[in-house]
Amino acid sequence: MADDEQLRTALVEDLDAGFEAVVRTHGDVVHAVARRTSDRAADAEDLAAEAFLRAYRALRGYAPARIEALDLRPWLLTILLNTARNDRRSAARRPRTDGVTPVPDRPSPTPGPAERAEASDLGDRLATLLADLPVAQRTAVVLRHVVDLPVAEVAAVLECTEGTARSYAARGLAALRTRLTPEETS
Amino acid sequence: MTDSLLTSLRDLAGPAPTTLADRVMDGWVRAPSPLGEVYAVVGDRGVRLLRPAAYAGDLDAFLEGYRERHGRPVRPAARPPRGLLPALRGRGPGPAVDLGELTPFARDVLAATARIPSGQTRPYGWVAREIGHPKAVRAVGTVLARNPVPLLIPCHRVTRGDGQVGQYLSGVADKVSLLEGEGVDLGGLADLAAGGVRYLGSDTTGVVCFPTCHHARRITAAHRQRFASLARARDAGYRPCRDCRPM
Repeated sequence: MADDEQLRTALVEDLDAGFEAVVRTHGDVVHAVARRTSDRAADAEDLAAEAFLRAYRALRGYAPARIEALDLRPWLLTILLNTARNDRRSAARRPRTDGVTPVPDRPSPTPGPAERAEASDLGDRLATLLADLPVAQRTAVVLRHVVDLPVAEVAAVLECTEGTARSYAARGLAALRTRLTPEETS
Repeated sequence: MTDSLLTSLRDLAGPAPTTLADRVMDGWVRAPSPLGEVYAVVGDRGVRLLRPAAYAGDLDAFLEGYRERHGRPVRPAARPPRGLLPALRGRGPGPAVDLGELTPFARDVLAATARIPSGQTRPYGWVAREIGHPKAVRAVGTVLARNPVPLLIPCHRVTRGDGQVGQYLSGVADKVSLLEGEGVDLGGLADLAAGGVRYLGSDTTGVVCFPTCHHARRITAAHRQRFASLARARDAGYRPCRDCRPM
């Protein structure tokens, strides 16, 4: 794993070879955020790959000085979230033709016994509840608590102040906590 | 309580699938072919571009052209895709090709072209008819002139309706040498065309074919009937071959 300083130097020296190192270094975090912000698991790899390709196309037009000043991880995640937003928009405009329901059924906030038995695994439950948060809270929780970004980076990606980023993440966490049953959180 | 929630959230971050880098990075290879060395770029869904080195220039120029046109990064591939090397020697069904960036029309043109057997030729108008756009002969020519994967999709087997060989991406000489390499008798075809003959029929089977169809090549001289048009063959009681589907 290379650090961002080495990655930036590699990109300036040889864009394609450097970019492969970028994908290897930041692939996990970009994919994890894609997985937790897209509604369907199957879309996450598509979304991550599409975001990387957009990043590559942008880099081709950047002067070396601009590449050397890039904060790669938040920059990549900003592109990812923009890509996801555009995808959602165009998916809303033209309905799917492959018979797959685009929006998952919204789970009720207080699950009945059957639902609790089905989603007994806390991870699954949490993923479902996360998907149901308002977008800003969901994104903040994913960036801050799933992939463990520092608050400054969360704020950079969300293009807001650190205070606002903190508040989104806190409200998201609080919402998750109230929706989990006491046994699940103990 | 808090700890358990935060730990569970962190557990939602799994590693990316190992295929992610391959989805983003395409690979390039060099391979021998009847036209000398070729360069190819292969993505996760198949060969995306193939060019003879003699036509494309040096490798760097070829790769830069690819990046420019497709906006995708390329690295050396670990190995050629399955089926590429045999296909370039004229064997096997060939590797998967990725034509996803082309228009549906262009994909149809290339799919019809891919069905022309080795050693046979078809007119541009035949491809147009096969894909249900019988008048789009010129558009077919344009698509074939830009075939992203020549040799793998044998656009050299599409020739002019008047018996001339027609254009080829890397020059007419390459087209001639590919067709002759597959055993097409270009001299014989030119002679037929010069005599106004476009179709051959057998008076024992009553079937009429393109001259390069494997059925036409089996007709003995005594039973070979020559036709200038399909209409005349029909008038004489012949039916079009079901394999080469003359038009």
